[in-house]
Amino acid sequence: MSVPKKIELAYSQINSDRMRVNVGPQHPSTHGVLRLEVEIDGEIVTEVIPHLGYLHRCFEKHCEKMTYPQVIPYIDRIDYIASMNNELPFVIGMEKMMGIKVNDRVEYIRVIMSELNRIANHQIAVATFGLDAGAFTPFLYFFRDREYILAILEKASGGRLLYNYFWVGGLAADVHPGFKQEVLDIVKQVRKTNKEILDLLIYNKIFIDRTANVGILPTDVAISYACSGPVLRGSGVKWDLRKNETYSIYDRFDFDIPVGVGEAGTVGDCWDRNMVRMLEMEQSCRIIEQAIAQMPDEGNVQETLPKKVRPPKGEIYVRAENPKGDLGFYIVSNGTDKPDRIKCRGTSFVNLSIIPEISKGYMFADLILILGSIDIVLGEVDR
Amino acid sequence: METTNFIYNLINNDIVAMVIIGAMPLVFLLGYALLAILGELKISAWIQERLGPMRTGPWGILQPIAEVVKLLQKEDITPDSANKPLYNLAPFIIFTGAYASYAVIPFSSHFVPAGINLGLFFIFAVGSIATIGIVMGGWASSNKYSLIGAMRSVSQIVSYEIPGAMVILSIAVMASSLNMQTINHQQGGWFWNWYLFGGPGTLSKLWVIPFTLGLCLIYMIASLAETNRIPFDIPEGESELVAGYHTEYSGMKFAMFFFAEYANMFVVAAVMTTVFLGGWNSPFGSFLNGPFWGAFWFIGKAFFIVYLQIWLRWTLPRLRVDQLMFVGWKVLLPFSLICFLAISFFRMLN
Repeated sequence: MSVPKKIELAYSQINSDRMRVNVGPQHPSTHGVLRLEVEIDGEIVTEVIPHLGYLHRCFEKHCEKMTYPQVIPYIDRIDYIASMNNELPFVIGMEKMMGIKVNDRVEYIRVIMSELNRIANHQIAVATFGLDAGAFTPFLYFFRDREYILAILEKASGGRLLYNYFWVGGLAADVHPGFKQEVLDIVKQVRKTNKEILDLLIYNKIFIDRTANVGILPTDVAISYACSGPVLRGSGVKWDLRKNETYSIYDRFDFDIPVGVGEAGTVGDCWDRNMVRMLEMEQSCRIIEQAIAQMPDEGNVQETLPKKVRPPKGEIYVRAENPKGDLGFYIVSNGTDKPDRIKCRGTSFVNLSIIPEISKGYMFADLILILGSIDIVLGEVDR
Repeated sequence: METTNFIYNLINNDIVAMVIIGAMPLVFLLGYALLAILGELKISAWIQERLGPMRTGPWGILQPIAEVVKLLQKEDITPDSANKPLYNLAPFIIFTGAYASYAVIPFSSHFVPAGINLGLFFIFAVGSIATIGIVMGGWASSNKYSLIGAMRSVSQIVSYEIPGAMVILSIAVMASSLNMQTINHQQGGWFWNWYLFGGPGTLSKLWVIPFTLGLCLIYMIASLAETNRIPFDIPEGESELVAGYHTEYSGMKFAMFFFAEYANMFVVAAVMTTVFLGGWNSPFGSFLNGPFWGAFWFIGKAFFIVYLQIWLRWTLPRLRVDQLMFVGWKVLLPFSLICFLAISFFRMLN
């Protein structure tokens, strides 16, 4: 039914004028202030040029004027959908440099919060992807559930999106009483909604027709463009830093790495990338359940908090599995309480670079879906 | 014509009667549009586990009025590079096309604005006027999104009018008439006399029932495409085309597009009611039958179809342009031709 290459051949025999359309920066489906300069031949996309920088906030330069604890709120704002996950590699890196070993309670709370935030991120990703395909209702089902997760994160940290919760050497505050039960309730609710969404959206015939065999990202291209996260796993590569380069306490949990298998179409199409996110939510639920069961009830979360964050002279590159992929920080310390240089490897920035590669020859409406399936956050692209 | 228009009986002056008859659908349409907007807001809210508008009046029932007032107050912007005459004319042409269809809709056994013999044909003819308006609006906006939306719209409406017309033709073969009042009269009695269930007749009609059910489904799908509703709202394609052919319109002109869409929804629902659901006939024989109850049944059935359209809109994703063409030309058209053939045989045998 939808073999895009065939259409391209049929169209290429007609000489027609090509039209240049600016998609964005103000556009309902570019997920922020991204501007795509698109050349279309009728409905077929012949060229895509992404233009970045509309949300550039000089994050890296700013950090050089801040003390280390002051950097963390900025890190929240890189990928504002998954702030907890952003903070994790930075604090882990700082702790490694300073030789701090946090206690188990801190580690478990960090993992639970990260996984909750991962679920919230994937909910937004799948919801907006459905919205790009024209399905409005799953979007609101996911947002309803996301509210429960945000409520938990808010109770812990005081913020709904930007938490500043993981500190170097501990946490900003301990979790509230009744935390465990509330998290388990959320896990139950997430599973219930995901089941509903599978029926309503993912296995919908129209949705499969729209997304399967669209935006196919071959495995070798995904690797050569350094894609990571669900984009890479959607192309069938079993690569997850939580397992392959275990950090924090992820080695204590039993979970799988879902990969795209081409269930609806070809391996690496939009449907696969989306499905990987759906399956990852279930894996996050499993991790949370195990973490809740193992989490110690006693322990001071600020036990190892240093009086002054002043790492010794040196440098470190640390990375962790952000919901969108591999988020890395290169921190150079000059021995003072301010970093000499911080470089951030933005996942969305790297993943976005495959857009011109995989969207040629598909239809204009598919371009929006391909963009949605990559799940970018412009805060992370421009930083 | 045996079905008289009761207004003519009430008023002796023909000119005055005509003006009243001409205005009556407009009054109905205004009330209906408000109800449909409220329905869209509330039904979508219930589907999505929300409350919907709750602040304007009890249970938010005044929300559509607030929205209309808001739209009227908005600044009417015309882009500098727009072709002004066409740009200003387009919304009204679209609405004219939608409103003209109301001339032949049989609301009751004693009220049809114009009881012409080619009623169904007329609806299809004036329904196509909207396409011209869409192209005018899309082209005159001098916006690339609008232009793409307009082009998509034309190809879509042309593609889906053909299966829709085949459906109507099949029913016309069964009823031997294109007059909507005549078709309604034929479907009198209990609901199994509706053309949805093969029309009036003996048990020999049983084998034709699958075909009439299929025709009804085909018309339902084609009518969604003609009114640009999800899953066929490609001309508006919110995710890629912002708002399609009416991207540049604001204020009252935008409201006209909106109004025309709701008016069209009722037109296709009314056609479906007339040709498949027995029009103004009561489903239960002589139970609550009559001119007044006829209007009740007719509007009730049509509202049910409108409800289905709203329901589908908030459930399904959107098709892509080539898939839309595929469905139109390679699925709906062959099936409607098969049904047409079967029904023609049925008529020849009887």
